[in-house]
Amino acid sequence: MMEKKPDIDDGFGSCPIPIHSQSNVLLGHGSGGKLSADLMRNVFLPAFNNSFLEQLNDSVTLPFSGSELAFTTDSFVVDPFFFPGGNIGSLAIHGTVNDLAVSGARPLFISAAFILEEGFPMEDLKTIVASMQQACEESGVILVTGDTKVVDKGKCDSIFITTSGIGGMGNSPRISVDRAQPGDKIILSGAIGNHGIAILSVRAGIEFETELLSDSASLIEPIQEILEVSSKIHCLRDPTRGGLSSALNEIAQSSKVGVELDETSIPVCDQVRGACELLGLDPLCVANEGKFVAVVGEKDADKVLRQLRKNPLGREAAIIGEVVKEHPEMVLMRSPIGGKRVVQMLAGEQLPRIC
Amino acid sequence: MKYIDEYRDEKLARNIVNDISRTLTRPWVIMEVCGGQTHAIVKYGLDQMFPKRMELVHGPGCPVCVTPLELIDKALAIASRPDVIFCSFGDMMRVPGSGDDLLQVKARGGDVRIVYSPLDALKLARENPEKKVVFFAVGFETTAPANAMAVWKAKEDGVRNFSMLVSHVLVPPAMTAILNSSKNRVQGFLAAGHVCSVMGYWEYEPISTDYRVPIVVSGFEPLDILEGILMLVRQLELGKAKVENQYTRIVTRSGNTLAQEKILDVFEVCDRNWRGIGEIPQSGLRLKDEFNSFDAAKIFKTEQIQTQESPLCISGEILQGLKKPSDCPAFGRQCTPENPLGTTMVSSEGTCAAFYNFGRHELQEFY
Repeated sequence: MMEKKPDIDDGFGSCPIPIHSQSNVLLGHGSGGKLSADLMRNVFLPAFNNSFLEQLNDSVTLPFSGSELAFTTDSFVVDPFFFPGGNIGSLAIHGTVNDLAVSGARPLFISAAFILEEGFPMEDLKTIVASMQQACEESGVILVTGDTKVVDKGKCDSIFITTSGIGGMGNSPRISVDRAQPGDKIILSGAIGNHGIAILSVRAGIEFETELLSDSASLIEPIQEILEVSSKIHCLRDPTRGGLSSALNEIAQSSKVGVELDETSIPVCDQVRGACELLGLDPLCVANEGKFVAVVGEKDADKVLRQLRKNPLGREAAIIGEVVKEHPEMVLMRSPIGGKRVVQMLAGEQLPRIC
Repeated sequence: MKYIDEYRDEKLARNIVNDISRTLTRPWVIMEVCGGQTHAIVKYGLDQMFPKRMELVHGPGCPVCVTPLELIDKALAIASRPDVIFCSFGDMMRVPGSGDDLLQVKARGGDVRIVYSPLDALKLARENPEKKVVFFAVGFETTAPANAMAVWKAKEDGVRNFSMLVSHVLVPPAMTAILNSSKNRVQGFLAAGHVCSVMGYWEYEPISTDYRVPIVVSGFEPLDILEGILMLVRQLELGKAKVENQYTRIVTRSGNTLAQEKILDVFEVCDRNWRGIGEIPQSGLRLKDEFNSFDAAKIFKTEQIQTQESPLCISGEILQGLKKPSDCPAFGRQCTPENPLGTTMVSSEGTCAAFYNFGRHELQEFY
């Protein structure tokens, strides 16, 4: 039987239900949403407290003998590790390459650390490693160092991979989550939600039939192409965990600006819309692994959009909204029938272990 | 997307809103009963579209919100047992009990799983014969047939390690309770379309007649809700009080009789506590005696768990349409979806969560 805690004394004295003490780590802490941000703010930032970590970009920019390097790291625990459109190996390369790419860097070198569960099939490992190599080739990076640990059966779920990456910063103007300015246009590189829904469709217990594939892909090409045509790309973000809503809220908060979206202009494919309607999910909170959002100076927006649409990964790119000076740090969206709502960052986890 | 976009057409929506505005001659208070409708109203900003004197209040139709604290505590106790796989719909995971929620139980090692159907839980029971699989059966008449089917099938197939913790509630007694309250302000109801798809709407006819209140069965898409409101406003302005059906593509007067039979095969009507509201006579469903061996409350002997709710919590008044989230001093401050103080903040269908998630409190500062 549960022990009853004393009632809270929170000033309004009415509700018998205590605030979460959160004495344990919850799945939501890894969601990329609000709980993840709390964890960053309350545990990691105070401990390591340095100006590099405080950049809070997808990768950090470091000074290196007169030039600049971009550096990032990411862990992959996706369940199941083979999913429609990819596997944990290709995802581990794409994820890290993309985190470098959205900083404006050209990814160069990758490391990979494997945690394997005793008994994991060797054939599966070979398949995963082969996809990693293929993803490296497609992204123009070299996997140069790594590590392997094996744990007792039952002590981890099959396979976890951590990759880190280094990239060289070009001469393009600084791209950062805090550089959005009123008047900027928001460009999305393609339809959202495919990765999260593809994973969900094969997740034990909730399988459903769809031909949807994960969008997992390296974004280095389309990003380098738009950086070549415009010097007014202020922010780039790949909306992975937490989805588009987290990416845009982070931009609004860091840049202290408002964001206004038009729901009808956000590309979402029918399978994703249908699954979200059925399961009560919000496509804006569903993860992507091959999309990015670019905040671009108004004058260059059309040029960037045209360039992006030439690349197969940007064929469905669209301007989905703009940056405004009103309602700073808040993302508003106009609904298809005209009302407005605030787009919040995801609170708990919508779906754990998607990457 | 077909069958969705047609019901979200901006031009048609504007036409209906104009009709509502033209028909209105004085203030009216309408309650949408179902949490799914509350969610849609706030998500699409429907209530921002028509004149302020047409007031929408949000009803008790969120099953997560009305599940009593005591039952949540029972669920937590069962889910904490090492021999149990506890299955629940996703929304129940974050509902706080007296000191915990299912996610915390899971974080401490409890085997707690989200399922989309009670039949998935039954499947888990078959696959894990060494475990006791318990499904948390909450909901209105909409989820009752599938839950009844799962128990019925478990009995027929002899799946002995499957059971249900039942907290089913019924809509008509809740509407009657609201109308009986001396503080009632509601003058017309949008009835919950999906509840009526199962039960039909014949059982609302006596309520409409006895209390002289118009009731319109309505769907969940923006145009459904707007049309339902227009039908209610027309009745109110003409002084009529009858049951009308806006959701004709889904709902008939007699409903799904096969589903109703299955409910009555397995469940019987009982008195039920509603969180924040209190006991409403004949407002719930419990398993019949012949299904005792599938009743988790009996199997795990949870009778000794008794939790009192504070009579001061305002979620009860919110669930009866007497107060709005903005009337609560904790709303959006101490109480948020990541730190919910009350159930109406937990479920996406809860009024407080709908207001919070779609930023209604923040919008008010700008518009």
